[in-house]
Amino acid sequence: MIDPDGLVEAARQAFAAATDPADLERAKARFLGKAGAVTEALKSLANLPLDERKRAGAAINRAKAQIETLLEEAREALARRRLEAQLAAQALDVTLPGRNGSVGGLHPVTRTLERVEALFRSMGFSSVDGPEIETDWHNFTALNTPADHPARSMHDTFYLQGRDDVVLRTHTSPVQIRAMLEHTARHREAASMPDLRVIVPGRVYRVDSDATHSPMFHQLEGLWVGRDVAFAHLKGIIAAFLRAFFETEALAVRFRPSFFPFTEPSAEIDVRFTSGALEGRWLEIAGCGMVHPQVLRNGGFDPESVRGFAFGMGLDRLTMLRYGINDLRLFFESDLRFLAQFR
Amino acid sequence: MKFPERWLREFCDPLLSAEELGERLTMAGLELESLEPAAPPFTGVVTARILSAEPHPNADKLRVCQVDVGGEAPLQIVCGAPNARVGIVVPCALVGAQLPGGLAIKRAKLRGVESQGMLCSARELGLSEDHSGLLELDPALPVGADVRQVLELDEAVFDVSLTPNRADCLSILGIAREVSALTEAPLHPPRIDPIAATLDAVRPIQLAAPEACPRYLGRVIRGVDAKRSTPEWMRRRLERSGVRAIHLLVDITNYVMLELGQPLHAFDEAKLQGGITVRWAQSDETLPLLNEQRVTLAPDVLVIADEGGPLAMAGIMGGEGSGITLDTTDVFLESAFFSPSAVAGRARRYGFVSEASHRFERGVDPELPRRALERATALVLELAGGAAGPINEAVAPQHLPRRDPIRLRPEKVPAVLGIPLAPERVVSLLRRDFLEVQETQGTIIAQVPSWRFDLALEEDLIEEVARLHGYDEIPALTPLAPMAPLPVPETERTNAEVRARLVLRDYHEVITYAFIDEALERELLANTAPILLANPIARNMNAMRSSLWPGLLQALQTNRKRQQARVRLFELGRCFLRDESAGATVAGFAQPLRLAALAAGPAVAEQWRASPRPVDFYDLKGDLEALLAPLTPRFEPAPHPALHPGRSARVLLEGQAIGWIGELHPEWVQRLELGTAPQLFELALEAIRQRPVPRYLPVSRQPVVQRDLAFVVDANVPAQALLDALHDESPAWVRQITLFDVYQGQGIGPGKRSLAFRFTLQHDEHTLTDDEIEDLLQRFRARLEASFSARLRQ
Repeated sequence: MIDPDGLVEAARQAFAAATDPADLERAKARFLGKAGAVTEALKSLANLPLDERKRAGAAINRAKAQIETLLEEAREALARRRLEAQLAAQALDVTLPGRNGSVGGLHPVTRTLERVEALFRSMGFSSVDGPEIETDWHNFTALNTPADHPARSMHDTFYLQGRDDVVLRTHTSPVQIRAMLEHTARHREAASMPDLRVIVPGRVYRVDSDATHSPMFHQLEGLWVGRDVAFAHLKGIIAAFLRAFFETEALAVRFRPSFFPFTEPSAEIDVRFTSGALEGRWLEIAGCGMVHPQVLRNGGFDPESVRGFAFGMGLDRLTMLRYGINDLRLFFESDLRFLAQFR
Repeated sequence: MKFPERWLREFCDPLLSAEELGERLTMAGLELESLEPAAPPFTGVVTARILSAEPHPNADKLRVCQVDVGGEAPLQIVCGAPNARVGIVVPCALVGAQLPGGLAIKRAKLRGVESQGMLCSARELGLSEDHSGLLELDPALPVGADVRQVLELDEAVFDVSLTPNRADCLSILGIAREVSALTEAPLHPPRIDPIAATLDAVRPIQLAAPEACPRYLGRVIRGVDAKRSTPEWMRRRLERSGVRAIHLLVDITNYVMLELGQPLHAFDEAKLQGGITVRWAQSDETLPLLNEQRVTLAPDVLVIADEGGPLAMAGIMGGEGSGITLDTTDVFLESAFFSPSAVAGRARRYGFVSEASHRFERGVDPELPRRALERATALVLELAGGAAGPINEAVAPQHLPRRDPIRLRPEKVPAVLGIPLAPERVVSLLRRDFLEVQETQGTIIAQVPSWRFDLALEEDLIEEVARLHGYDEIPALTPLAPMAPLPVPETERTNAEVRARLVLRDYHEVITYAFIDEALERELLANTAPILLANPIARNMNAMRSSLWPGLLQALQTNRKRQQARVRLFELGRCFLRDESAGATVAGFAQPLRLAALAAGPAVAEQWRASPRPVDFYDLKGDLEALLAPLTPRFEPAPHPALHPGRSARVLLEGQAIGWIGELHPEWVQRLELGTAPQLFELALEAIRQRPVPRYLPVSRQPVVQRDLAFVVDANVPAQALLDALHDESPAWVRQITLFDVYQGQGIGPGKRSLAFRFTLQHDEHTLTDDEIEDLLQRFRARLEASFSARLRQ
């Protein structure tokens, strides 16, 4: 008597044992081929009575269908195994380094410059620029510092051979004058003069060189001229800027009376970190004040109708504080081992 | 301005510690630089009298002293000082004393002789640099007294940094006035009584330049003893104020200057001839000064002269010939007002500054000379003896500084400062500051005291109000302003965007000095007229750069020395050129911003499965093209003095020359010891910042066809020429022409080169037919054959 279940089980084992498609096709022939077990089983029914033949025939046909399903599954499994083997063979060492992945970096002072420009831009200050060989008039006289003024001794100035009317600018403040003159000329016909709000980052020069002084360094000048500008606003803007720049609220800011020929009242700005690596003493960080009426006049404004404030700070100093750099000279040595730390 | 605490407290003594007072001064704009005791800390040092000083048995230079320190028995101390002798009183560090610098005194044997302490020099106590011998103290002092107390060494010494506008604080009296204004503590100025003349001697005075010297007082004092020593209290105050004691008469003039702020000058009366004239110098007059400098006077230098010629640079420095010496017996004392503009800058021009010029150029109280002269006279008579003549004063009142009353609108104070401040408060603050204030019809009228040269405008008074009210009392307010966008021009790349492109292409930014070696300007850049500094900081930093390359090359040298093989740097900065055109911002100079890059060493960073090769022209050119994209620059061969003549190109953008690219000239590679040649470019920043706003074009749906052709031409035909001809022949449906291969060698003949192009073709409206394509390629072939004798490579 034929056992259909035994047939299915035998096929399952035979298919599972097949390791490649040819093997599987041979196994298929053993069960479903012309001389296969299923065919043989059907043939063997010929001698049985009709009832029995029908019943047994149906059982064998069910077994055949099951075997065909098993065959299909076995074929798929074999294909899947082949693909897996192929993929496994193609595997890479993903931990090997990538190619051409090196990038350069910005100079740390530029990094500071870009952050400072972005911060002030967010407060409505646009960035302007000016010449570095500057007229004596813009650098000193227009800023209330005529020749022989004692305040000139605060700036050790570089002069050019053969031209005593120009200097290497000792600060970015001459651009205040240029920006004011440009602004007042542009809006001369306007019904009401719009506010002037600018910052001036740039390279400046003084005859000085040691660990804390470089003959060339960077300043940031800021200027706001308008109808309702007051000293308290200067304090507000500076404190907000410094906290945003250092990304900390743990920063005390104090304003101390000082003297600049081009501001009145004038102040020095000190900061003191109240936590973190820089916690401790007051650090001088900027000079500022309300623009002197004569300077407003030199810039084309009427000091009776507008006021202004101005400030100047060292970008190098901000950079040194921000990144913990202790020697100014590193900025100008172009040593890649230093520069590569800023990416 | 340096001064000892007690001197100040004599004039104004607020209920504040020295530290608190220093803080108040700082917060009022008189920045405290340092606050230290007159001597560094030490303990266990007492006054001692040397009772005997015998030669050391085993050492020639040492002596064995018996010293009375007030104890039951004298101490035995071995001492090497040359002035150790019987009777003098000196500081003695007892066993157990701690001296500055951590030296601890122990019982010791020196060359076999026991020593129970140490006798001290001034340097050993940190009092001065004097180490010539033992510090000899007043022999009248009791022995055994603590030296710190006896010499008041715990007294605090203030060092305050003064801004140039506050010349009125260049004296103890001035600081005291400021302290009084800040603290409301009463001011006790020194009492100065007129000295009655006991002589008739008068030297005539003539003000020949009254605009420069509107007030001059002189007084003759005869019969002084210049050799007397300066009293200890005066010497101590001078030294603690940073002024070296010299001899009695000079010390007195310095003392009065420090006390009141009036620079005085003492002439040796016996060396003067006739009357005193204050006048401008005549051309080519010369004067040997007290500082041993001999100056040729310019006509804008004010001098004090007698009938024999100039005696002194007025308000700046006295002359050597008329100065007082220890042998002086008759003195002519000068106390004058010189206007700031007559003194300003003169001393600096001759390469020095003096205490007098520092004060006069900032402004000395014009009402002070008489009081100062009386004060000095009193001190001379008291300390050096003699008899005084009357004061002779010459004055030109119309030339004295005018102090017009200042009008202050009370509403302007809150407007400028941003805080409400009542007029009453404003008035009281100004009165504390020694201004005479009246209020009439809502306006404040303030009369400024004669010593304040810094107060002339309404704003100046507002600053005084803010200062005395306290900057800390002004809040930090957030300003309100209309919101309006700032322009963001899309046709202009920002500097940040330009920099970011180079950073992503593996360049590090550097910042180099704008002044370089003149030799590099002349030789590397062939600049025949470099812009030179009049006062360079170093000889090799004397010329303004006309290119960023020298700085980049120096940076390369620096990194080469530090074993960096692969160096890729860029700088964005100004260059400086002579420019006589009318448009220059500063006449005579063009100051363009430029961007330059340098690459040297391996083309790519060391990595696996990459064969190392040095960076070449085309690497840098690729970086430049990426930097400028979508702008497409052109490159034309042209020589540059710094570059390899066969590897150098001018960079053009829309026909305009915008910079240079090339390989450093081999001579310079050798001269700068660079090993391998760096590749360089430099571009005008203005030109590369421009950028078109993109304009959308519909994308074609038609199929894309690609065809390749390789042409063989003479090797010296530039690729650009072929590309230009091909583009010229191209209809709009030639989307792209790519040069994808260059071949030279076997199979194409000597002196020839093959350039292979791939053409990407796509029509907007229809599928291209074979005929259209074949016709185009035929035209390409014909054009290149006609123009360059090009033949198709088979």
